[in-house]
Amino acid sequence: MTLNNKLVVSASPHDRSVRTVKSIMLDVIIALVPALVASVIYYGPRALLIEAVAVATCVIFEAFSRVIMKREQTIGDFSAVITGLLLAFNLPASIPLWMVVIGSAVAIIVVKQFFGGIGQNFVNPALVGRIVLLASFPTAMSSWVEPLSWKNGSIDGITSASPLADIHNMIKSTGTSADIPNLKEMLLGWREGCLGETCAIALIIGGLYLVARKVIKPTIPLVYIGTVAVIMFIAGKGNLQFVAYELLGGGLMLGAIFMATDYTTSPITFKGKIIFGIGCGIFTSLIRIFGNLPEGVSYSIVIMNILVPLIEQATLPKPFGTPKKEKEEKAK
Amino acid sequence: MGKIHINGVVNAVKKVRGGVKVSHHKNTANLEVVRMPIPEQVILPMQQHIGAPCMPTVNVGDTVKVGQVIGDTDKFVSAPIHASVSGTVKAIGNIKLANGTMVQGVTIESDGEMTPYEGIEAPTVNNKDDFIKAVRASGLVGLGGAGFPTHVKLNVPADKNIDTLVINAAECEPYITVDYRECIDNSWDIYSGIKTVQEFLNIPNAVIAVEDNKPEAFKVLTQMIENDKDSAKTIKVMQLESRYPQGAEKMMVQSATGRQVPPGKLPADVGCIVINVASIAFIARYLKTGKPLVSRSLTVDGMAIAEPKNIRVPIGTSISDVVEFCGGFKADPVKIIAGGPMMGMAITDLDHPLAKSNNALLCFSKDDAKIFRETDCIRCGKCAAACPMSLAPTKIVRDTKAKDADALLKDGVMVCMECGSCAYSCPAKKPLVQHMRLAKQVIREAGTNK
Repeated sequence: MTLNNKLVVSASPHDRSVRTVKSIMLDVIIALVPALVASVIYYGPRALLIEAVAVATCVIFEAFSRVIMKREQTIGDFSAVITGLLLAFNLPASIPLWMVVIGSAVAIIVVKQFFGGIGQNFVNPALVGRIVLLASFPTAMSSWVEPLSWKNGSIDGITSASPLADIHNMIKSTGTSADIPNLKEMLLGWREGCLGETCAIALIIGGLYLVARKVIKPTIPLVYIGTVAVIMFIAGKGNLQFVAYELLGGGLMLGAIFMATDYTTSPITFKGKIIFGIGCGIFTSLIRIFGNLPEGVSYSIVIMNILVPLIEQATLPKPFGTPKKEKEEKAK
Repeated sequence: MGKIHINGVVNAVKKVRGGVKVSHHKNTANLEVVRMPIPEQVILPMQQHIGAPCMPTVNVGDTVKVGQVIGDTDKFVSAPIHASVSGTVKAIGNIKLANGTMVQGVTIESDGEMTPYEGIEAPTVNNKDDFIKAVRASGLVGLGGAGFPTHVKLNVPADKNIDTLVINAAECEPYITVDYRECIDNSWDIYSGIKTVQEFLNIPNAVIAVEDNKPEAFKVLTQMIENDKDSAKTIKVMQLESRYPQGAEKMMVQSATGRQVPPGKLPADVGCIVINVASIAFIARYLKTGKPLVSRSLTVDGMAIAEPKNIRVPIGTSISDVVEFCGGFKADPVKIIAGGPMMGMAITDLDHPLAKSNNALLCFSKDDAKIFRETDCIRCGKCAAACPMSLAPTKIVRDTKAKDADALLKDGVMVCMECGSCAYSCPAKKPLVQHMRLAKQVIREAGTNK
């Protein structure tokens, strides 16, 4: 019997799941859509412009980097789109567009491509992009636009403390300040803040979608947010309202659901994910309580990113059937 | 033993970690096994088992009959090879196996008569030693795909106390349904085989493990056991979750007894013997008739084959003869696999003979061959989550690139059974099983250099 074509010969298995890197990335983009819609509602066309610029420049920088490095083109996996979206979500609505471009360049060229592209960066690219901008342009990065003010034609930033700082002040003095949004507004995102971080509901919906699609496990977000809740409960001397403001304020939801769960920069083991989440929670709380910064989510995730190889080394499971004694000996 | 639920179903004692949910594709489940017409010639490789190869015991020009020994060795870990058709030995020479290795092969031209060998008679078995000898003489190797000589498995050293015989009817590989057919069509052989092994090896308990996607097999086996009140106490039919690789030996032991076989050890070290359901039924038939392993059942399926079938073929039949019997190709085959899609071997041409351990022949067209482009690892950890052996394939790949044999030993890559769960779930479509094999090679090379 003769065949018309040559047979494909490859190592087993010959059946593969339908999941591809691209389909995972597309799911993450879908999960980010609710927060994107919320950002456009609160901050108007300018939010969309910032997001478009961030996404476009991230993709362009990735494409150029691959060409210059003479590597296979990877923009088709959509990971650069996610980096762009997350970067934009971490910027205030009033930021000049050229700063967005700098953020994209740092995220994609320096953090991602210098280290070898997708899967090789040791810290979250979007977060480092934000941190560099925050360190370089502190004023622009902390000028907040009042939600829905775009309808009146004003998009100028109001240089003021973020609501989180107000909340901290609230706890130090007594009583509720009239300027502070109530909890319902916090949940819906009716407050000053970065584009994508304010609407907790939208972020949680995105997170649930990712869990349902089995893109992420809920371990890191739950442990991260839970740790912050516990520490803030103690720090606030049992004031539950304070805890609620801490959880909904700042970038905690965005960070815990979308940044701390980044595959490349978080541990793959279950125990590792728990340690990672606790670590993120502790650093965030410490920075918020004792630091000069109003916000600690970006820094704490980046610090924990750096610790990932060590966490993973310590938490890799022992091969099937390894006797208990041996496990203990190895632990020593 | 297992928990008894209200409806009387015995479930796994301990669930398997990781694994993957594969599509079952058990398209041929309702097709009874049909006998294939006698091929014009068969090629019998002298190595169809794990262990020492056999040496031909016949010469070119000899007349042979069905069941006559044509290859054997004095090594214990080996199994004799019998003529699967009657006729004339046409050639003895090197042939290439599906995995690329060269072994001696005996080509027999069939006379179409299938005359049985005169020496065939039911063996006299009075004790364990007789039994082990008889099983060796039958030429039986694990029919589930691994091809490990069964008599070696049964020959447990006296210091190891075996309390459970596990009959593997999980058939977790997609497409394959011949073990299922064995349960439905030959349940009395299975029963008789279990009783025999229990008797000669003095094993108090037996568990027949079936995946829960085969309720019909479960029903037949349960009825068979319940017919005999005495055996109902010692033999249990267990229903396991349909999760690949449920049928792997170590997984089987854990599901059936809750025990874990340590790295580098065998099921016998934790008091178990695991035997494939078709193998146990064969033992029963052999003790009754003395007819050695000269044919086997296999599933022929895939989108490229015209008529998917379950067939019984003389061992050594070429793949092209089988394809022809199944109506030829209805679409251009892109990939042809000897064995199941998860652990089977992709073959290069149609002249390969089918060996004792071949339980399936899958002809995939471009629609089911699933050929993906490999992309970069994103460290999603799906491979580690899927590994039933708790390994971290990402780390093993890294250590293999560094050729770090010590690190690889610590990673535990030697316990990898190459089930393919990691590569199946990898979104970057990395050939992870190939990486695991390379890792083992790095360790072997480091071992020889020392």
